[in-house]
Amino acid sequence: MYENRSAKANYKKTRKEIGYVSRKNASQKDYDRIGFMSGLEVHQQLDTKKKLFCNCPVGMYQKPDDFDAEVIRHMRPTMSELGEYDGTALMEFKTRKNITYRLKKETACTYEVDDTPPFPINKEALGIALRISMLSKLNIVGEVHITRKQYLDGSIPTGFQRTAILGVKGEIELPYKKINLIQLSIEEDSCREVSDIGHERIYRTDRLGTPLIETVTEPDFVNPDEVKDGCDYIRFLNRSTGLVKTGIGAGRQDVNVSCKGGTRVEIKGVAHTKWIPELTHNEAFRQWSLLNIKRILNKRIDAINKWKLQYEILPDTPELYKRGVFKDAVISGKKIIVVNLPYFKKILSHFTQPNKVFANEIFDRLKVIACLIPPFMFHTEELESDLSPKKIKQIIDLSSLEFAKTDAQLIIITPKDDIKTAIETIEERCIMAYEGVPNETRKSFSDGSTIFERVLPGAERMYPDTDSAPIPLPETYLDELSKDLPNQIIDNYKQMKKWGIPEDYYTYILSKNIFGLLKKLITDLKIKPNYAGKFIGQILKYNEGHLKLNEKFNYNLIYKLFDFLLKNGIEIELAERMLPELMAHPRMEFESILSVIKFKKIKPKQILENISFVKDKFTLLKGKNKNKDFVNWIMGQLRYSAIGNIPLNELYQAVIKN
Amino acid sequence: MSNDLFQGYKGDALKVLKKYNVRVWGQTDIKTKRGDFTGTVLPRSENDDDQHIVLKIPTGYNIGVDVKTIIDMMETGYKKANYKIPEKEFPITPGLPKVKLLGTGGTIASRLDYRTGAVIPAFSPGELYGAVPELADICNLETEKVFAVFSENMGPKQYIALAKTIGKEIEKGVDGIVIGHGTDTLQHTAAVLTFMVQNPPVPIVLVGSQRSSDRPSSDAALNLMHAMYAAGNSKIAEVMVCMFGPTSDEYGLLHRGTRVRKMHSSYRSTFRTIGDVPLARVTRKAVTPIKQDFKPRREDRNVEVYPYFNDRVTMIYYYPGMKPDIIDNAVDSGYEGIVFVGTGLGHVNMDLFPAIKRAQEKGVFMYMTVQTIWGYVHMFVYDTGRDLMSRGVVPAWNMLPETAWIKLSWVLGQTKDPKKVKEMMETNINDEWTEREPYNGYLVYQGGAPEVERFIREVHK
Repeated sequence: MYENRSAKANYKKTRKEIGYVSRKNASQKDYDRIGFMSGLEVHQQLDTKKKLFCNCPVGMYQKPDDFDAEVIRHMRPTMSELGEYDGTALMEFKTRKNITYRLKKETACTYEVDDTPPFPINKEALGIALRISMLSKLNIVGEVHITRKQYLDGSIPTGFQRTAILGVKGEIELPYKKINLIQLSIEEDSCREVSDIGHERIYRTDRLGTPLIETVTEPDFVNPDEVKDGCDYIRFLNRSTGLVKTGIGAGRQDVNVSCKGGTRVEIKGVAHTKWIPELTHNEAFRQWSLLNIKRILNKRIDAINKWKLQYEILPDTPELYKRGVFKDAVISGKKIIVVNLPYFKKILSHFTQPNKVFANEIFDRLKVIACLIPPFMFHTEELESDLSPKKIKQIIDLSSLEFAKTDAQLIIITPKDDIKTAIETIEERCIMAYEGVPNETRKSFSDGSTIFERVLPGAERMYPDTDSAPIPLPETYLDELSKDLPNQIIDNYKQMKKWGIPEDYYTYILSKNIFGLLKKLITDLKIKPNYAGKFIGQILKYNEGHLKLNEKFNYNLIYKLFDFLLKNGIEIELAERMLPELMAHPRMEFESILSVIKFKKIKPKQILENISFVKDKFTLLKGKNKNKDFVNWIMGQLRYSAIGNIPLNELYQAVIKN
Repeated sequence: MSNDLFQGYKGDALKVLKKYNVRVWGQTDIKTKRGDFTGTVLPRSENDDDQHIVLKIPTGYNIGVDVKTIIDMMETGYKKANYKIPEKEFPITPGLPKVKLLGTGGTIASRLDYRTGAVIPAFSPGELYGAVPELADICNLETEKVFAVFSENMGPKQYIALAKTIGKEIEKGVDGIVIGHGTDTLQHTAAVLTFMVQNPPVPIVLVGSQRSSDRPSSDAALNLMHAMYAAGNSKIAEVMVCMFGPTSDEYGLLHRGTRVRKMHSSYRSTFRTIGDVPLARVTRKAVTPIKQDFKPRREDRNVEVYPYFNDRVTMIYYYPGMKPDIIDNAVDSGYEGIVFVGTGLGHVNMDLFPAIKRAQEKGVFMYMTVQTIWGYVHMFVYDTGRDLMSRGVVPAWNMLPETAWIKLSWVLGQTKDPKKVKEMMETNINDEWTEREPYNGYLVYQGGAPEVERFIREVHK
């Protein structure tokens, strides 16, 4: 790896210039300074048997190379109902992708490949989605209109997602503020990508068509942690119905972020809410950096409509390029192009995200839009590169272009057919830099960074579904659905606060939808709230995290367990020892578990009598120093036989007194 | 023009719109018992109920608001949508073939129709170029809308108009003709044009789409490109249907107009040549013949047009237990020809014999085809067949039922003379019946059979 010192220095200088702070060190003041703003689109799969618009089963997944047949398609932009073409659609059309769908007979029928029109909407899914809409305090529509939302990336073989609004203008209540909801829609899930290399993209159709809801919030969040809280809340709300899927991929979210003067950028497919804070923080500062680039360019360039890049295709004689990527490229028939970007000196190495610079913005777009396969770009301001700055300069100098001191240069390696799109893409992104922050969707990574995914689609991509009729939602139907709705999450939160249960346990309890269990332990079995809270929020969580279970644990067994202990006059703390056995063997009888853990019923008196015996033993082993260890050691010796026979707290008091 | 203000609304919904003085395309705030809604009022499809108002909300989605729940409504603005496929002048490129596209109302390029909620076609060369710019690399295009009807509404009047137009265009000197057509009765039109327009010097290609062009995955654009290429460049000067080979976006097939049939209600690869192999395979760059015996393209401008059709010919699809009154009624209603679609080798039950005999006596021309679609009528094998023939039912060889019906209608449009009718029906115009059935003329693979599954996994469907 070669370093370019001046580029690196510029990266650091610009990072400082825009006032970047890491998330660890950032305060609300920093977010207010850059005008942090964020909203959410939370997706949740519904737990139905069948898909939304056909009768294929839901939740059966196949391995990437396990398929029975393949179908190939191309997508072409069509106009919206209002007669406009969508920007994303045009971009995807430019990419000229061959899209292959892999079908497996168990999980796909002719509907998935768009060879059969949709069947009537899955009523089970509609009912679940409407219940969640009611919980989200949305205004429920009078009639559901299936709408087509264009997706030209191929993730849906029709080229659009069938989706419908169920409610608008709702709200959720976080402990410290209310968040407004724009809408909730029911929609079909998309395909899962197998690979995307150059002009070939491959999808699996197993997940396609799974019923999904999307809850969209207003951009009411003003710092990264709030976004995560809001997202958790919506996910808990969805799960509180007990009618949604859980597990990997069942819940995903898109996060919209902007900063003051910036624009809405959508970070797609964030799988874990814990990634949200870092991602939104970085995105807000990326936009803040792009605005600084805009300022610099506006000073340097008078009129952007007169700005033009220059490029030259270098002669393809392999001898010119002694070895390495350029020689390989020429031999494989690719072209090497030198591109001059007037006035872009020190812009390419301008900070955008941690370890990323403006040049990445160009690189990412070339990869997606022009379908170039790395390595395809080198430039004059690489922080680190496989090629030395000198080598890069040598290649650039093979061209006859003339460069001014304020210019920056790129070297692009591309198949001949992609030259036009590549050059257009570079030019387009540079012009956008002059104008500020482009509307786009970005793909997220667990390290908190993002890359360009596609141009952000607008309302232009909506079109009524001419294959399906509107579905009226009469009052009587909604009344029926609104029976026995679960509590509001915020009410559960407040109740747990009231019980004095530590906040650390809430996420687990709410995310597993076991508030009901907690409540029953406390109200039916009269178990002390702090113990019940600890048992679920700490002991159950620990065991669940550490035991390898063959099947999903039925949490209701915990209620039965405590009930059993209480009825048999056994101290409830024994549940802690029984739980791992119970989880591993959920069908074992409680009596049998007692014998497996070798529980012996001993009278409390007998245990208390043992204290003095154990005390003597301590003196024998460790001398006469009676410090804190002393009590702990004695507790340790007695604990095993005591648990279940005498409350540990009582024993502890006895040991201290003794 | 007050109707236009409330496009498609009727009954209660119309009353509500009028009460609050809100128009279609009006931006509106609505207060309801279910909460507030904001959006633009859209036209409503005529067949939908009168209990809901359709709104486009700011996120681009449509919703319906129940009029019974409305408490108040206010128009805050007005913005009418301008739905128009961008029209760009179709460029003329020297050296490219000149192709004429005749429109009948198919879904080659289409836009939304609020009246029915379905799609209506867009058509001019400019519109087509706006939607499928690649066409300009294939041919120099001219278009003419002959009429605009849905495929299921095509009939004798349209057949005759189309045949005459084709004749004129050929005389004017085009390199090929493409006819945009809905797919439901594409095979009927293909058959009738084969009989009406004989010995054309240039290709006459019928094309449609199974997925309307208002969706990104539509087969319309690619079908159109294939058809234009075939019309402009193919050496085969016959009436043909050009539609997807596999359901994948890979290649199209050219089918002879008399032997083609729609075999699936919604698949893209629905059109198949029956009892034979297709004429050729077509891509955007080449036509590769599959059959070698085709009528070749010629330089002359000669063509024979026979625009005749008798609309008193019916088709009777036999079912077990059919009663003779069906036939009696047809005869009494003045039908002059009947094409039976019989079971097996071409049979109907004995109960019908007297009615058939009666029809024969009344001079009704009767032909027999088979429900099996594939295979020949063989009426000598069983007594029933012989009995039928003795009562005037003529076996129509391996003519497709629809093709036989079309041909008999066309023949009876020209003559009622039994000898002439017989002679014309027996004169093979373009493989409406074939002397031989090749071994690969019947291939309906059985999914699930291991060897078939292996094949399907390897070849794009």
